[in-house]
Amino acid sequence: MTTLNEDTSGRSADALRADDTTEAPTGNGGAIGGVANWVDERTGAAKGVRFLMKKVFPDHWSFMLGEIAMYSLIIVLITGTFLTFWFVPSMSESVYNGPYVPLRGITMSDAFKSTVDISLDVRGGLLIRQIHHWSALIFIVAIMLHMFRVFFTGAFRKPREINWIIGLVLSMLVLVEGFIGYSLPDDVLSGTGVRAAQGFMLSIPIVGSYIAYFLFGGGFPGTAIIPRFFTIHVLLLPAIIVGLFTAHIILVMVHKHTQYPGPGKTDKNVVGFPLMPVYTAKAGGFFFVVFGVTALIAGLVTIDPIWMYGPYEPTMITAGSQPDWFMGFADGALRLLPGFLEFTLLGHTWSFNVMLGAILLIPILWTLMGVYPFVESWVTGDKREHHVLDRPRNVPTRTGLGMAAIAFYAVLFGAAGNDIIAIKLHLSIDDITNTLRIMLVAAPVIVFWVTKRVCLSLQRKDRDLVLHGKETGRIVRTAEGRFFEAHEPLDEYERWRLVSFEAHRPIAAPAETDENGVRSKTASADRTRARLSQFFFNDRIEPVTPLELAAAHHDGQADEALAPLEAAALEDAHPGEFGGHLHGGAEEIEEHNAYAHQQGSDDDA
Amino acid sequence: MSSLAARRRHPAALVIVLLFGLIVTGGLYAALAPKNADAATSSSSDIAAGKQLFLSNCATCHGVNATGGNEAPDLVGVGAAAVDFQVGTGRMPLAAPGIQAEADTNGPQFDNKQISQLAAYVASLGPGPGIPASDLTSGGGDIAKGGELFRVNCAMCHNFAGSGGALTRGKFAPSLMDVSGKHMYEAMETGPQSMPVFNNTNMSPTDKKDIISFLQNTKDEPNQGGANLGNLGPVPEGLFVWTIGIGLLIGAAVWLGRKAA
Repeated sequence: MTTLNEDTSGRSADALRADDTTEAPTGNGGAIGGVANWVDERTGAAKGVRFLMKKVFPDHWSFMLGEIAMYSLIIVLITGTFLTFWFVPSMSESVYNGPYVPLRGITMSDAFKSTVDISLDVRGGLLIRQIHHWSALIFIVAIMLHMFRVFFTGAFRKPREINWIIGLVLSMLVLVEGFIGYSLPDDVLSGTGVRAAQGFMLSIPIVGSYIAYFLFGGGFPGTAIIPRFFTIHVLLLPAIIVGLFTAHIILVMVHKHTQYPGPGKTDKNVVGFPLMPVYTAKAGGFFFVVFGVTALIAGLVTIDPIWMYGPYEPTMITAGSQPDWFMGFADGALRLLPGFLEFTLLGHTWSFNVMLGAILLIPILWTLMGVYPFVESWVTGDKREHHVLDRPRNVPTRTGLGMAAIAFYAVLFGAAGNDIIAIKLHLSIDDITNTLRIMLVAAPVIVFWVTKRVCLSLQRKDRDLVLHGKETGRIVRTAEGRFFEAHEPLDEYERWRLVSFEAHRPIAAPAETDENGVRSKTASADRTRARLSQFFFNDRIEPVTPLELAAAHHDGQADEALAPLEAAALEDAHPGEFGGHLHGGAEEIEEHNAYAHQQGSDDDA
Repeated sequence: MSSLAARRRHPAALVIVLLFGLIVTGGLYAALAPKNADAATSSSSDIAAGKQLFLSNCATCHGVNATGGNEAPDLVGVGAAAVDFQVGTGRMPLAAPGIQAEADTNGPQFDNKQISQLAAYVASLGPGPGIPASDLTSGGGDIAKGGELFRVNCAMCHNFAGSGGALTRGKFAPSLMDVSGKHMYEAMETGPQSMPVFNNTNMSPTDKKDIISFLQNTKDEPNQGGANLGNLGPVPEGLFVWTIGIGLLIGAAVWLGRKAA
């Protein structure tokens, strides 16, 4: 283990470095060293490379979710470049005369024809297309899971609020990027999607039809939309995404990586391994794992078989028309929104049944996610930097809110597949839709409450574990015939993980009027803040204090005679493993329980 | 001036021209109009046996004269095709009242002879579409044209690959992958349940043959891209990526995370 210290004076970690050689290395480093030196003398790169190579990252599988996203982005960029060599982004029509008989003689756009050629004629084309598409789906799954990790561990707190927002913008842009990519082949499914998108634009009051005419260069479908989408898909959005992603990564370097709580981990250090050689090997290897798994899936499982969907014409649609999964929640919102939200007023049709789900939902959800870190820090009043993560159970209200949001999203997501659910489970699509409408409101509330309670219970369990140790299941009988169970105390490393968190307490609103009876200007804000603070922190479990711990140990050893017996029992349980001094943690089985059958029988008689 | 031109003002000329026009139109119509594919002739003994089967199995709902009742439609004029489809796929006799009669997975309740007898009886009640000739239902048509017709007319309910789709209130368009060509043809001709009728006037027998050929090809063609996940569109793809796809990668991440440096 290496520790990257900001403050290196008198740290215990210094002892570990006692053997480090401090004199300059001799020799020129061989051929590689020569090249490196040549580059360094001309660019001064050594400084930056040294900084990066020494950078320390903590180890945890959940930190690799963002890595999956990063590697998928690279895979998508590589395979996408390959696809542009053959894809023809044009809506000019011609007759297909290629090898695929079920389409021969059919008039189709060049975009569709070239995609069929990539799929069925270009060597390796279908594999690359399927890697591109599967990787795009995995990319967004990984982004979402990475976001969950960041949210539930509180990694969005100061100083990472900006990076949280960059991540949110990235996640919104990839939705658009993915949707446009899905639209490019001009098959029946994607044509339906583009038609739907045009409908969404039209649902915007007043300016909707202008926007749609502007983007499509006239009515639907026109001949402009595929070339325009192509430029956006391969040029505009990738440039913005790669740029924002770079900023995202640079900020991770600047902030240093967060770490889970544990012994020796503080807000002032990062405990882990350096980039070189550990993470260059691990992360480099993981890139190939991600690429390999994606290629394996793409080689075995069909995605988006456009040659079966056929070329799009506005007269066509297929049952089971859905967007790719990441747009499912918006599609689901459309399916759940009641029809009465479309009405005629002042001689115009107002399609709020479409607009709420298709146009407003994403900006509303993303705004809520964007302001959350600021709301939370305002409520807690916590302006300190945080580099040690929260365990989700230790922040029950935040965890509950996050799970409620996931429940809301999941209901919308499920609603997008209501027709497939209906045919596969033999249910009525109307019943499914109505059930999901109720669940959209009820599920987040229930999930919030359940999650919060589960968190509080887990915290109680942690407290119990810290105070009384692990139950060993070994029952000890004393010489007088009393029974108790031997409890094994936690070692202090494990205990630290369970006690090293802070529980915020609800704040009280300051007096609304000062001594002169003048109402404070911030009175209503203070009241809101106090109310939110109550909501967040009224139910809380405080971490075990050293005082409580000592008291618990004292109780456990109240009967000094029990201690040797317990020690013997534990030693039996872990032969040869238990060397240190034993203390505490014995919980007696109360007399009236232990002897109930004997005493009881006397009383009854 | 020819003799024909000299008589063009004759009072009978108008009548004769009108008559000529009608004969030509009628004759052409008779020669060119689409015909029912029914070529089979049924003997009176078949009809009698079919009537007995009808009375003991169908009359409860459809009435002793097959004129229908509160629960069941009038069968006069539905033709042999409707009977062959409904009974041949096991939809009739109806196993249980429901939102829609479903094909019986155990197959039809009658053998082929009994089905043809029932069909003969119902066909004898009034003219209707007959059982299609086998050259129309066993493939060999223009697959590409069939695909285009399928996408325009059928895919919105049956899905692009004939995998089926949902309709309102628990009704559904069934998968076409295990339906015989004959039954598909009969369904198009008679429009069972929620399905529209595609008779010979709005979709020629050759068009139907093309559609059937397309679907048979869809069933038989190799899966170019690997496992097709049921050909149901993006929903199973999303399910796959959220379970197996990300599951494999998280598994790898957990493994790497545990691996000591």
